[in-house]
Amino acid sequence: MSTLESSRAYKFNRWRKGSGGQKTLVGMTFMTVPLILLFIFTYLPFFKMFQFSFFDMKYVGTREYVGFENYFEVFSRDDIFGSLKLSFYYMGGAVIQLALALFFATLLSFKIKGAAFFKGAIFFPFLVCGIAVGFIFKFFFTPGFVLDTLLSWVGFDMKNLPYWLQNTKINNIALVATSVWRYLGQNMVLFIGAIMSVDPNMYEAAEIDGANQWHKFFYIILPSIKTIVLLNLILSISGSLSAFEAPFVITKGSFGTATFFVMMDRMAHQKMKVGLACAMAVVLLMIIFIATIGQKLLFRYAFKEDDTGSGMSRRSLKSAEKRSSKSLTSAKSSSGRERKI
Amino acid sequence: MTSKTAGLPVSSKVSGIFLSVAKYVILAFASFLSVVPIVVCLITAFKTPEEYASTSVMTLPQNWLYFTNFVTAWTKASMTKALINTTLILVCVLFGSILFSAMLAFVLNRFKFHGNPLVRNLFLFATLIPGIATQVTVYQIMYQFGLIDSIGGYIILLLGSDVISIYIFLQFFENLSESLDESAILDGCTYFGVFFKILLPLTKPAIVTVMILKGVATYNEYYMAQLYLQSKPLNNVVSTSLFVFTGPMGNQYNYICAGVIITIIPALIVFLLCQKQIYNGLGAGSVKG
Repeated sequence: MSTLESSRAYKFNRWRKGSGGQKTLVGMTFMTVPLILLFIFTYLPFFKMFQFSFFDMKYVGTREYVGFENYFEVFSRDDIFGSLKLSFYYMGGAVIQLALALFFATLLSFKIKGAAFFKGAIFFPFLVCGIAVGFIFKFFFTPGFVLDTLLSWVGFDMKNLPYWLQNTKINNIALVATSVWRYLGQNMVLFIGAIMSVDPNMYEAAEIDGANQWHKFFYIILPSIKTIVLLNLILSISGSLSAFEAPFVITKGSFGTATFFVMMDRMAHQKMKVGLACAMAVVLLMIIFIATIGQKLLFRYAFKEDDTGSGMSRRSLKSAEKRSSKSLTSAKSSSGRERKI
Repeated sequence: MTSKTAGLPVSSKVSGIFLSVAKYVILAFASFLSVVPIVVCLITAFKTPEEYASTSVMTLPQNWLYFTNFVTAWTKASMTKALINTTLILVCVLFGSILFSAMLAFVLNRFKFHGNPLVRNLFLFATLIPGIATQVTVYQIMYQFGLIDSIGGYIILLLGSDVISIYIFLQFFENLSESLDESAILDGCTYFGVFFKILLPLTKPAIVTVMILKGVATYNEYYMAQLYLQSKPLNNVVSTSLFVFTGPMGNQYNYICAGVIITIIPALIVFLLCQKQIYNGLGAGSVKG
């Protein structure tokens, strides 16, 4: 008996010390926690969301199966489905934000005095925490306060200015502007990084050929960072469907500024309609998936058009794209290595 | 092109000067718009209540050493507790997410096993689900575990919604040569040893990147904090500390602005100290979206 056990223990020890056994042990121990967390906080909620959307329920107490009733409610209630229309404001904002970010990134990547200051100033709002942003802009937009004073300096009559956060014609634009204020710098820093990875010899060569800065932008910079710009465009257009922060911290969704997710939060945590909120989340997820896939197909189509126009074969364009994205990552990692040394 | 500029040297020079002036004007204007909402808060934070009531928001305060608003804001928002809690959360979340993501990325990158692509795809798919969409059911799960209104639960929640760090480490391990591990194994090192003694110290740039991305996100995280950490001041954190100013105190902006400035100062200090790392970190994090 004891010899058997000891031989078992011996075998186990040899297995443990051998490279295969060791790999299994290390692999299991290293992966357990991340996988458990992934399951509990991503997949379990994801599947429960589908399940709950068919029930009339609160967080506690009994639940009642209602079939597709929650979904009917999502599509028929104008205050819920109508709030999706607000996404268009945020989409517009996202496009403006990316265009501005690209513009400033280009300006700042040429030689310019005080570039670090300008970059820092435009970027810093990204680091201000959510609720502080809320207060800053409640203060900023209060009638007779910051924005009104600024506008009165350039000749507007303070009495004729609208209530920025209450007037339903403009309050969503005001909120989108705060969102642009906060995230513009982040996009800009990203684009500066991408522009920096463009080979500087190309500028020199272009200068010898007599190119000015517009030429450099359209023929060197834009083609080399096209991939990252498009990726960000797709991400931010899909992101504007789930716009949430600005209305949540500034107006709490009052005066017609509640976006879909602000509505969802209200349904779940104030009105305790958990099933309805889950149905909303499912509907929005579907819309986001469709929008993302649609955009990808659209851009792929646009790319195809693009390269037949320039006479390049599609494959070569793709490989060029790959090369540029590769050079980007390698530039990143090499800069990382520099820091380490 | 060259003949044109040679023919009109003066006007092109003039337009060149005009362009570079325009560049500075545009950049200065953009920077002004970016900082003005914050600077106005700073101005207001130094005003006495009478001054606040009587002067325009743009008027500079009479006394730049009037700190009473800051003291009031600090005590009303129980900032001491908030800073302690936020520091605790930051340390735990950063330590945990660096350790767990590095371990997972190590296994996924170095070991070839059957489930490997499956695990990778599970994490990839998770990036497609916007975190806020599942909040309703996450709340229900947290409720069942009894983790609502506890700092520990909040930390676990933040660790659980962490996919970007895994990608940063995965990308980094791809650039670390496997011959390092092999020679160490030949020297009798275990896989644990390889990971903790050899590879982990080499991933310092990735660690810095994750610290910045995750640090900024954690410090600014507001939605989950206001949902899960409601007991004040016990579970007060910096991002929700200013919550006390909503409601009856909602228009006393001299105190509110002081509070806003207090929450901005730590971010400003960190930003000034490690600008370069922050810029690089954001770039690295977004390559994998």
